[in-house]
Amino acid sequence: MAQRPQDNLAPLHLHVPEPKFRPGDKADFSDVVVPPVDAIARPDEAVKPADIHSLAYGLVRVLGDDDQATGSWNPGLDADKLRLILRKMLTLRAFDDRMFRAQRQGKTSFYMKSFGEEATSVATTMALQRDDMCFPSYRQQGILVTRDYQLIDMMNQIYSNRGDKLKGRQLPIMYSAKDYGFFSVSGNLTTQYPQAVGWAMASASRGDTRIAAVWCGDGSTAEGDFHSALTFAAVYNAPVIFQVVNNQWAISSFSGFAGSERTTFAARAIGYGIAGLRVDGNDVLAVYAAMEWAANRARTNNGPTLIEYFTYRGEGHSTSDDPNAYRPAEEYAEWPLGDPVDRLKGHLIALGEWDEERHSALATELSDEVKAIQKEAEKNGILGHGLHHSFETMFEDVFEDMPWHLKEQCEQVLEEQRDKFGSEWKAQ
Amino acid sequence: MMSEAPTKTMNMIEAINSAMDVMLDRDPGVVVLGEDVGYFGGVFRATAGLQKKHGKTRVFDTPITECGIIGVGVGMAAYGLRPVPEIQFADYIYPGLDQLVSEAARMRYRSAGDFICPMTVRSPFGGGIFGGQTHSQSPESLFTHICGIKTVIPATPYDAKGLLIAAIEDNDPVVFFEPKRIYNGPFTGYYDRPVEPWSKHEGSAVPEGHYRIELGKASVVREGQAVTVLTYGTMVHVVKAVVAEHGIDAEIIDLRTLLPLDIETIEASVKKTGRCMVVHEATRTSGFGAELAAQVQERCFYHLEAPIERVTGFDTPYPHSLEWAYFPGPVRLARAFDKIMKDPS
Repeated sequence: MAQRPQDNLAPLHLHVPEPKFRPGDKADFSDVVVPPVDAIARPDEAVKPADIHSLAYGLVRVLGDDDQATGSWNPGLDADKLRLILRKMLTLRAFDDRMFRAQRQGKTSFYMKSFGEEATSVATTMALQRDDMCFPSYRQQGILVTRDYQLIDMMNQIYSNRGDKLKGRQLPIMYSAKDYGFFSVSGNLTTQYPQAVGWAMASASRGDTRIAAVWCGDGSTAEGDFHSALTFAAVYNAPVIFQVVNNQWAISSFSGFAGSERTTFAARAIGYGIAGLRVDGNDVLAVYAAMEWAANRARTNNGPTLIEYFTYRGEGHSTSDDPNAYRPAEEYAEWPLGDPVDRLKGHLIALGEWDEERHSALATELSDEVKAIQKEAEKNGILGHGLHHSFETMFEDVFEDMPWHLKEQCEQVLEEQRDKFGSEWKAQ
Repeated sequence: MMSEAPTKTMNMIEAINSAMDVMLDRDPGVVVLGEDVGYFGGVFRATAGLQKKHGKTRVFDTPITECGIIGVGVGMAAYGLRPVPEIQFADYIYPGLDQLVSEAARMRYRSAGDFICPMTVRSPFGGGIFGGQTHSQSPESLFTHICGIKTVIPATPYDAKGLLIAAIEDNDPVVFFEPKRIYNGPFTGYYDRPVEPWSKHEGSAVPEGHYRIELGKASVVREGQAVTVLTYGTMVHVVKAVVAEHGIDAEIIDLRTLLPLDIETIEASVKKTGRCMVVHEATRTSGFGAELAAQVQERCFYHLEAPIERVTGFDTPYPHSLEWAYFPGPVRLARAFDKIMKDPS
């Protein structure tokens, strides 16, 4: 480069974020600040966003190291409700284990576990009304489990078999269940954010009472859709709850590549003038309390809230990556906020409402139940073994009415199958 | 064009990696950026080892925003660098479309050459890996329709490296689509047979150093007299396998660059054979095949002995369980060859 008059100035340098630990390093999270329970008290739900900026930088916690629930955020759930949440999280964990294994056995193409962040889909859904609308990203299967969607229907979707309600069209885990308030999952990131705002605006404009809740990950807050959504929600005071599941990793990229070296994800709310909460995502009661606070706020026309759940992705991104290639294997064990299931279990035991024997019996019961359902689902077929929906279904639902060119192509695919399998072949 | 330099057996991923490695060595202005391309080396391993060798300010991870990735590429190019952004799957390129269509493609034109955009956007595309509708699309015709962008699609490791180097050295924006189904071997469309590794294919002998394959030049991968087949990417290998299986004397042209198109090679071939088939995996309607058919009939109409045949994916989203019924594989091709060879017109 040519000499310039400014050449006596110190050179600029480009900062490229680097996670603190890579494979081979010892994970040490001692610098993660974990404030005491109730460090910032629960404000009134009608509070002005400008008055609670500190909550976007703090960490809402209810369960202490002594396994007791205390403080102003304690939602005061009874033991039956706590056991129900535990049951749902254990069901989800058992389901994830079986389906991950099914992919490894070649029974389907893809799977994603929610291990370590189960509270952020189960406890949140528990705090919503049954008819509130959820706009999930790809790791919130816990919403369906919590709303009692049939596990066999989830498995049929994962196997893309003849029982799949989505007709084998979608990649595994990209469920859709309108009757369960569960929006169709996209493979593209954060597209659901402005859609949730639109749903919430429609609900408000019709004088409805239902609100919308939307989830995304830390990494996908970088997408433009995220920022468009927050702008619209602020402008129209939409009854929507934005949730960022900050599980530290976006495939191999740590949260620093979404800006976490500079500020919290909850603090994104501040620039838009909406309420922001940062929450211990592995504390079931804190997650429930934050969602309940935000839901009450939205339902009383006090506007949107952005909640960051500070948690950890306990497994790889999906069956397609090996996390040991980019982070130390023992990170999850070192995570300072523990495991959401273990912490809820510990709390119930501390209350005298649970014990190790009942816990392991429940885990075994749910694992057996999931295995039995899996056997049933596999009767409908596994991916690539012929028990799929009919070839005609490939051309249905592109439009409400099938245009001539798709009818032609549909006829063509049937002829191709006859060519392939001989004259005895019949359309299913 | 074959270099005299020593060659090494490479698969498609290794050849693409080598192209970036060579260019990072040769030109300090080259930078590689994208989701997971740094330490991890890319979800398909295309950038493996590059950050370690060339440093974090030249090969780096980015936030997950395709608009941002391509937009900063435009800005880096305006500064004078040669950015090589990766979009992890072609299906994810749409949020970056405004930066490509309205900005990168028109920078030279709107500034009368004051600013240019020598950027190469790499992206894996196409199906055949059970990726469902968001990991399988072939959106190449969207880009050939934009004035000011070159669109390149390699079909062998040798071509991939030479074309990628030429794309990076080109002073205009290039969209470089990599057929992910053939990253590790030349898939023939017979999905129930084992895939041969690249090492058994002549296209895997790749020079270790710098060489270029000029953009806008097609490759005649099989000479023949009976019918001309225009294709690119994965479908080159599927067509070759079907032609061999059925003993068809087809002339197979791998376009390699869709825009600018090597019309001379196409015209000469169709005038020779009198028949033309266009094959792509992308959906049929308004696909690149429509442009090819129009070009051929404009130039070769009086030489044609049969209507131009198009063999494509169907006009539906890419299905998951019915992937092989959707994919334009051997059965669809065989039927099309039957039709075009028997046509009495």
